[in-house]
Amino acid sequence: MSFPLLTATAALPAIGAIATAAVPAARRTTAKWLALLFSLATLVLAGIALARFEPGGARYQLTESHAWIKDFGVRYELGVDGIGLALMALTALLIPFVILAGWHDADPSPSSQLRSSRGGPNETKPYRWRPTQGFFALILMVEAMVILSFEATDVFLFYILFEAMLIPMYFLIGGFGDRAHTGSDENAAAQRSYAAVKFLLYNLVGGLIMLAAVIGLYVVAGTFSLSEIAEARASGSLSMATSTERWLFLGFFFAFAVKAPLWPLHTWLPNAMGEATSPVAVLITAVVDKVGTFAMLRFCLQLFPEASKWATPVIVVLALISIVYGALLAVGQRDIKRLIAYASISHFGFIVLGIFAMTSQGQSGATLYMVNHGISTAALMLVAGFLITRRGSRLIADYGGVQKVAPVLAGTFLIGGLATLSLPGLAPFVSEFLVLVGTFSAYPAAGIVATTGIVLAALYVLVLYQRTMTGPVKAEVQGMADLKVRELVVVLPLIALLLFLGVYPKPLTEIVNPAVQHTMSDVQKKDPQPEVEAAK
Amino acid sequence: MNPVNYLYLAALLFTIGAAGVLIRRNAIVVFMCVELMLNACNLAFVTFSRMHGNLDGQIIAFFTMVVAAAEVVVGLAIIVSVFRSRHSASVDDASLMKL
Amino acid sequence: MENLIALLVAAPLLGAAVLLCGGRRLDRAGHWVGTLLAAASFVIGVVLFLDMLGKGAEDRALHQKLFSWIPVEGFQADVAFQLDQLSMTFVLLITGVGTLIHIYSIGYMAHDERRRRFFGYLNLFLAAMLILVIADNYLLLYVGWEGVGLASYLLIGFWQHKPSAATAAKKAFLVNRVGDMGLSIAIMLMFTTFGTFAFGPVLGATGQTSEGKLTAIGLMLLLAACGKSAQVPLQSWLGDAMEGPTPVSALIHAATMVTAGVYLIVRSGAIFNAAPDAQLAVVVVGAVTLLFGAIVGCAKDDIKKALAGSTMSQIGYMILAAGLGPIGYVFAIMHLVTHGFFKAGLFLGAGSVMHGMNDEVDMRKFGGLRTYMPVTFITFGLGYLAIIGFPGLSGFFSKDKIIEAAFAKGGAEGWILGSVALLGAAITAFYMTRVMLLTFFGEKRWQPDAQGNEPHPHESPKSMTIPMIILAFGSVFAGGLFSIGDRFLNWLEPVTGHSHGHAPVSAATVTAATMVVLVIGVAIAWAMYGRKPVPVVAPRGSLLTRAARRDLLQDDFNHVVLVRGGEHLTRSLVYVDHTLVDGVVNGTAASMGGLSGRLRKLQNGYARSYAVSMFGGTAVVIAATLLMRAV
Repeated sequence: MSFPLLTATAALPAIGAIATAAVPAARRTTAKWLALLFSLATLVLAGIALARFEPGGARYQLTESHAWIKDFGVRYELGVDGIGLALMALTALLIPFVILAGWHDADPSPSSQLRSSRGGPNETKPYRWRPTQGFFALILMVEAMVILSFEATDVFLFYILFEAMLIPMYFLIGGFGDRAHTGSDENAAAQRSYAAVKFLLYNLVGGLIMLAAVIGLYVVAGTFSLSEIAEARASGSLSMATSTERWLFLGFFFAFAVKAPLWPLHTWLPNAMGEATSPVAVLITAVVDKVGTFAMLRFCLQLFPEASKWATPVIVVLALISIVYGALLAVGQRDIKRLIAYASISHFGFIVLGIFAMTSQGQSGATLYMVNHGISTAALMLVAGFLITRRGSRLIADYGGVQKVAPVLAGTFLIGGLATLSLPGLAPFVSEFLVLVGTFSAYPAAGIVATTGIVLAALYVLVLYQRTMTGPVKAEVQGMADLKVRELVVVLPLIALLLFLGVYPKPLTEIVNPAVQHTMSDVQKKDPQPEVEAAK
Repeated sequence: MNPVNYLYLAALLFTIGAAGVLIRRNAIVVFMCVELMLNACNLAFVTFSRMHGNLDGQIIAFFTMVVAAAEVVVGLAIIVSVFRSRHSASVDDASLMKL
Repeated sequence: MENLIALLVAAPLLGAAVLLCGGRRLDRAGHWVGTLLAAASFVIGVVLFLDMLGKGAEDRALHQKLFSWIPVEGFQADVAFQLDQLSMTFVLLITGVGTLIHIYSIGYMAHDERRRRFFGYLNLFLAAMLILVIADNYLLLYVGWEGVGLASYLLIGFWQHKPSAATAAKKAFLVNRVGDMGLSIAIMLMFTTFGTFAFGPVLGATGQTSEGKLTAIGLMLLLAACGKSAQVPLQSWLGDAMEGPTPVSALIHAATMVTAGVYLIVRSGAIFNAAPDAQLAVVVVGAVTLLFGAIVGCAKDDIKKALAGSTMSQIGYMILAAGLGPIGYVFAIMHLVTHGFFKAGLFLGAGSVMHGMNDEVDMRKFGGLRTYMPVTFITFGLGYLAIIGFPGLSGFFSKDKIIEAAFAKGGAEGWILGSVALLGAAITAFYMTRVMLLTFFGEKRWQPDAQGNEPHPHESPKSMTIPMIILAFGSVFAGGLFSIGDRFLNWLEPVTGHSHGHAPVSAATVTAATMVVLVIGVAIAWAMYGRKPVPVVAPRGSLLTRAARRDLLQDDFNHVVLVRGGEHLTRSLVYVDHTLVDGVVNGTAASMGGLSGRLRKLQNGYARSYAVSMFGGTAVVIAATLLMRAV
């Protein structure tokens, strides 16, 4: 038996999480380095997986399969196609930056030390909670679960992970808020727990409905194995009644649409991203939410091709609303992080649009979009986080003229913003254009409506940049320090990656294209032919 | 004598017991009313046993007695300790178990 | 030779990378690095040009594929360059004028502490603009298209501490993005129609699709051109863009970037030739803008904004010519090149004046500068003569041809377009004479600035005057050089094609008419501004003047409809999101809470009430059981 590479990639951060949590309370720095080390080792393993993957080979590679719960036919089945691999690599790539960016986010703050020494009625025990260790352990835990969910090819296993990752995320959002808040500490804590509970409830409701659909699927199919079901469906030995397929599809899709999030199920995201620290916000939007869009591609289209086609018109409209609505709301925001959250909603609209356009360009574009959006949002959000930490406020109106005092910070912020508005030459352009072209060739009107998104994106990014970075230097901004070495180490590789994937996305498309062709044949769709077969 | 009359008696005793539980405040009285209800049930069980000609009802009656005995032990202990701490045997005074 | 093409772009790109990432260490040498790399690009351009001249007309085009950019099933985008005569013309213009303006900027920006960054942006602009003109497919062109937009954004907002500059930069980018939307839709249409968006296959297959499709593509391309070239209705950004440093206005907002729309239309000639409706839209846009820009140019007191109006108007000429079809393509490009010389020269002259006048831009506060700045005066004057079409100078040849071509369109259309072009020429003569008189003639009207510094007009340093002199040479001789023996026509014809059309009036008549309107325009201007003293504070003026000062109220319209409307829309959407979308969810949560609050009251802690509910429940269960039995 060969080395279980996929299990190892997921297990390593999990072990790291336990190890980090076990570090004694006084050794905070050790815990940080340990977490970073484990995340880097995971990245190495992901790199090995990338190298071992053969783009032209079998659909699922590096597969592992073990019996798990025999009575219900639940198996521990892993395997990656190009899409899963790309997202797995993205996750492994982003976590070290998230850890590094959040280096000081969980240090005991002066106020929390004060609280603990005062010892309120609920704190009769000595102060033994270890926030720093917990913070990094939770991040690694999320990484482990997300990576495993990208690898799972068993529906039940996927479902468990899909739900389980809510728990560490809940604690990350509710337990470690952004210290830059307006109003009192108590008020901020209330806001934070509101956001965390909202996040949890939304996703639990989605998950509950999905659970019903998962059980329904088992009743119909008699197995949880993705490949077995797909095979049975393709060979005709498993047929579903049309209405059954549609109900099951809706059950799955609802859960993914909450996670993605798609309009009108989006309102948890701005709260969660606004209240969480910026690295956690990156974790939400760039890593965890991708599981939702990924699952649409992997499960909705593959398990329920007919129902997917049936639901396409509605989903396309919802995606278009997300694009325009998210962008317009981003324009109207006064809080930097909420603005980025709404921008993300707009971008998720693009991803869903690309998936359900059901053309090669659309789906390749959507997959690339997931990766590129992860990188670009991480860059923008983390720089925004550095900015917010310096000034201690999330309100756009509290900034002005930062460019003058901290040019490098402003420059990186601008590049992150330009990536967000999909400037050609940076990675998101490639994916956005593919999505647009793919959509346009299937649904021209939808393609045109989606194109207005590029104007609106320019609007919210440039307004944000203008209000925060340009103009006369505000008194509170005076003397703001430029990016430090640690922060540069976080931002520059991300920017380099954005540039590289914008100019030369071929390595990525090579991995993704075969997987997309498989999906296209699952839904039995062919790309629309151009009107003129151009003279070649 | 028609055994059905015993059933009427059992129903009457049960109703008196239930009314006592609902109306009275003294814990001891409430407690005795509960006993009354239990014994009404016992009477009904024994009657049914007689009517149907098997022993099931009588066996259950024994069970009930055991349960009633256990209840007396625990219940009286609680009442006494409540009385000790509150100097009152009124059930309305012990209304702490609410949200 | 092919390999040199990539180098053309690589040189300024390297410059941008080095200067922008290099940090403070490069502050002292940065401007030299930038200028040298721009010059290197120019030299490569010249080498390629000479090589091209040595070949026959048909095999002059060079092609180089660098790598496959976005390969997806059915969708192939390459990074590939194509250098034909049309691209070559642009390459020489961009790198040539670009290098001159780099040199000029060394002096102009000498006192700016962020000069290194300025040169980095300029190099970035050059690279993007070169990609735009040598791309071999529309998607790569789009990269350059947005790239120049970015460079323009960065340079307009170069003095970011001024809120007006930051706003102008944002506005330019946004308006351009609306145009870019047109370009991307055009590319998508091409993809669904032709299955590709490379120039060769698309332009070669226009015969195989319907006119409707081509019209749609053409109109979308026109929208793109309107954004980039500041044509009505997307013209509003250009005036504000003058907030940028003057070399930027000269290079980007006069000589090169704003003419990209003309390039796009001429390059896509095959599409427009097959779509007459789209062509009609192009000429209408060109004609309207040419008058619009000219009228705005007449009313502005800010020297740069007057010139910006003029730029808009001159590009209107080019777009008009490009919309005429094969009759006009060559002349559109020829006017573009000559305009590149004289307008860049005029802007550099304006910059030189501002340099000597403490950055004052109000022409009413200039006056009589000719004796203080002789070199600036002469070069500016030559540019002035060129733009109004003084016989023998560059503008005369190129503009005259466009007016002729407009008449040659034939029918009522031809007469209308020709008359508009003539009227435009008259207005051009008027506003340019006005600029000239207000700035260099009359008595001095200088005033101390806000800090009380009296301006001391002086000639600019050599690094600034030499580029102006070279451009003045271009303004004088380029037109003649191109026209004698139809050199320019023969050079471009293999790419753009050419037809002569049937002019209802002879060329000589057109020239004579042009001369007449020219004299009229100059005379009116002299009567208004030359004969009598000019008030320092602008008089109220007629309704038209006041409207023209406000860009013919276009900005006010935008402000009321788009900005205000958009603000209301976003604000109400934020409200809707908070109260309605989120409200439904929070409402569910709240009603749950309310219900449980009410249910909680049942738990009152009295043993008796629990007992009642037990008895009640039991009774209900028994009753239900009996009822079910009975039924």
